[in-house]
Amino acid sequence: MEFFDIVVSILGSTVRLSIPLLFTALAGLFSERAGIFDIGLEGKMLAAAFASAVAAYLTGSPWLGLLAGIGVSIMFSLVHGFASITNRGNQIVSGVALNFVAIGLTVVLGQAWFGQGGRTPQLPGDARFSPIILPGADAVREVPILGPLYANVISGNNILTYMAFVAVPIAWWVLFRTRFGLRLRAVGENPGAVDTAGISVSWMRYRAVIVAGFLCGFSGTYLAIAQSAAFINNMSAGKGYIALAALIFAKWKPVPVMFACLLFGFLDAVANFMQGKSVPLIGEVPVQIFQALPYILTCILLAGFIGVARAPKAGGAPYVKER
Amino acid sequence: MKRTLLTLMAMAAMSATALAAEIKPALVYGTGGKFDKSFNEAAHAGAEQFKAEAGVEYRDFEPTSDTQGEQAIRNFASRGYNPVVAVSFAWTSAMEKVAAEFPDTKFVIVDAVVDLPNVRSVVYNEEQGSYLVGLLAGMASETGKVGFVGGMDIPLIRKFGCGYVQGVKAANPDAQVFQNMVGTTGAAWNDPVRAGELTKNQIDQGADVVYAAAGASGLGVLQTAADNGKLGIGVDSNQNHLHPGKVLTSMVKRVDLAVYNAFKDTQGDAFTAGVQALGVEQDGVTYAVDDNNKDLITPEMTAAVEKAKADIVAGTVKVHDYMSDNSCPN
Repeated sequence: MEFFDIVVSILGSTVRLSIPLLFTALAGLFSERAGIFDIGLEGKMLAAAFASAVAAYLTGSPWLGLLAGIGVSIMFSLVHGFASITNRGNQIVSGVALNFVAIGLTVVLGQAWFGQGGRTPQLPGDARFSPIILPGADAVREVPILGPLYANVISGNNILTYMAFVAVPIAWWVLFRTRFGLRLRAVGENPGAVDTAGISVSWMRYRAVIVAGFLCGFSGTYLAIAQSAAFINNMSAGKGYIALAALIFAKWKPVPVMFACLLFGFLDAVANFMQGKSVPLIGEVPVQIFQALPYILTCILLAGFIGVARAPKAGGAPYVKER
Repeated sequence: MKRTLLTLMAMAAMSATALAAEIKPALVYGTGGKFDKSFNEAAHAGAEQFKAEAGVEYRDFEPTSDTQGEQAIRNFASRGYNPVVAVSFAWTSAMEKVAAEFPDTKFVIVDAVVDLPNVRSVVYNEEQGSYLVGLLAGMASETGKVGFVGGMDIPLIRKFGCGYVQGVKAANPDAQVFQNMVGTTGAAWNDPVRAGELTKNQIDQGADVVYAAAGASGLGVLQTAADNGKLGIGVDSNQNHLHPGKVLTSMVKRVDLAVYNAFKDTQGDAFTAGVQALGVEQDGVTYAVDDNNKDLITPEMTAAVEKAKADIVAGTVKVHDYMSDNSCPN
C-alpha cells in the first residue's frame, strides 16, 4: 500500500470518527458557555442513539429517527436543567446521574421491546443516512493528490457529516455575533450583571441546555443510524468524555473545538491503523498509547503547559437571585 | 392382600414417573443476550429444540452484566434446577464456586473447562472451523488479501484467528492476512463502530473478505463489508442471512448441540462430567451454506473444503491450536 493511500485512508477515517465528537463538543460549548457544566453529554448521546435507532426502525425514515434522537436528547437536557437551574442542584452530580440513567434505561427498554440483549434490530439501507457521492467524485479520482482526497475524504460521507462542519461557523456566529450569544456568554461569566440588565438568567440557561440537547441529538443519531445500523449497548463508549476533553483542549471556542475534535479523531484513526503494525526502530507500538493521547494532551493543557484553559467564570455555580 | 397390591401399584406408579426423569433444566446465557444472532441465539435454539421434542419446559436468564452470572447460576441451583447450563467463558469462576456448593446438581459450561466431578465442560475446536472458512476466504479473495477482526484480545479469539490464517495459507500460500482486535475489555464485544472502522481500514489496504469473530461487534464488520461491496464471514450462528449475497459463509459453532445434549443426557440419566471437545469430526464446528450464499461458493470451493474436512477428520491435516502453546506458526 502506497504511503499516500494510507494517508487518504486515515484521513477518511478521521472524518468519520470526529463527527460524533464535534457535535457533542459543540453541545458542551453552548451549555458550558452559559455556566452549566455538562458531564451528561455521554448520556444524552446514548439516549439519542437509542431513540433514533428505534424511530428509524419503526418508521423506516432516518429523518424521523433524527427527530426522535433530538427530542429525547432535549428531554434529558431539560431534566438536567430542572435539577441544576431551577433546583440549583450540583451540575456534576446531575450530569453523572443522567449518564447512568441513559446506560441503564436504553438497555432495559431495548431488551423489553426487541429482546436482543438491549440491541435494536438491524436497519435496512434506506432507514439509514447513507454516503453521498459528491458530483464529479468519480471523474477526478484519477487526478493525482487532490483526486483521491476529494473522492475518499471530502465526498462519500453522509449528510450529518456535512451538517457538523456547517454547524461550526453557525455556532461561532451565534455565540459571538448575536444578542443571544452575547447574553449566553454573559450568564456564564457574570450572571449577576445579566440579571441587573433585566434578563432572566434561568431562561437564558434553559435555552442554552436546550441547544446542547439539540446538538447531542445529532451526535447520537450519527452513531446509531449513520455510522452503524443499529443501537448497541453503551455504543457511545466514552465519546462524550472525549468530546468534553476536546472542548477544554479548545479553550471553549468553536473553531478550535473543530480542530481539537479532528485531532482526537485522527489519533483514534491512527490507533486503529497502527494495531499490529511495527514502526521502524521502535517495534510494535501498543495502540492504547494513541487511545490515551487525547486525555494525556488535555491533562498537559490543564497543567498549564499549552497556554491556559480558563473555564467560564460562573461555570458550575447555580445562580441565586437574592438571599 | 388388597392393601399390598395397592401399595405395589402405587410404588410402580412412582417408579414409573421416576423413570421418565422429571427434569427442570435451566440455561444462563452470556451477556450478549438471547437474540444476539450469534453465540447465545444458538444456545437458545438448542434449548427450544429440546423443549419441542421432549415437551419439558426450561427456564433461562439473560445476564446483562458480568456480575449477574454467578447470581443466576446459584439461583437456579438453589431452587432445584438440574441441569444448569451456562454458556460463555465469562462464567468460569462463577461455575467453579457454585458447582462446588451444589455437588448433586449437574452443571454444564460451554467454552471453558471447569474441573469438578459434577461439571461437563464443552469446548470446541474453533481452529478447525476457522480453517475451513479461511480456506474458502483464500479461494474467494481476488486481491489475495483477507482480513480478520476479533473481539476481545484473549487466547480463545486468537485461536479463531490462527486457524483462519492457516486455512487462508492452505488455499493461497502468498495470501496476506490483516488481523485486528476490537479491544482488550468486555466492551470489545459491543463496539460495532470500532469494528466497522477496523474493517474499513483492512478494506482500504486491499482486503476483500473479512472474517468477524467478535460477538455483536461482528455485526459492524459484516455491515461495513456489505456497504463496501466486499464479503464478510459470520461466526457462531449462521449469519448468512444478515446481508444475503454479501456474507461468504459463517463459521457455525454448534452451541445448540451442547445445550440440547446436556438436557437430553440428564433426562435419560446419561449425564457424564468431564471435557467434551467438539470438532469437525463431531459436527461441532462447520461452515454454513444456504440459499443466501450458495452462489458465492463455487463447486471447486465446495470440493476443496469438503476435502479439507475429510483430511482433518482423517488426521492428515492438523490445524494448530493457538491455545495449546499460545503461539501461531504463521
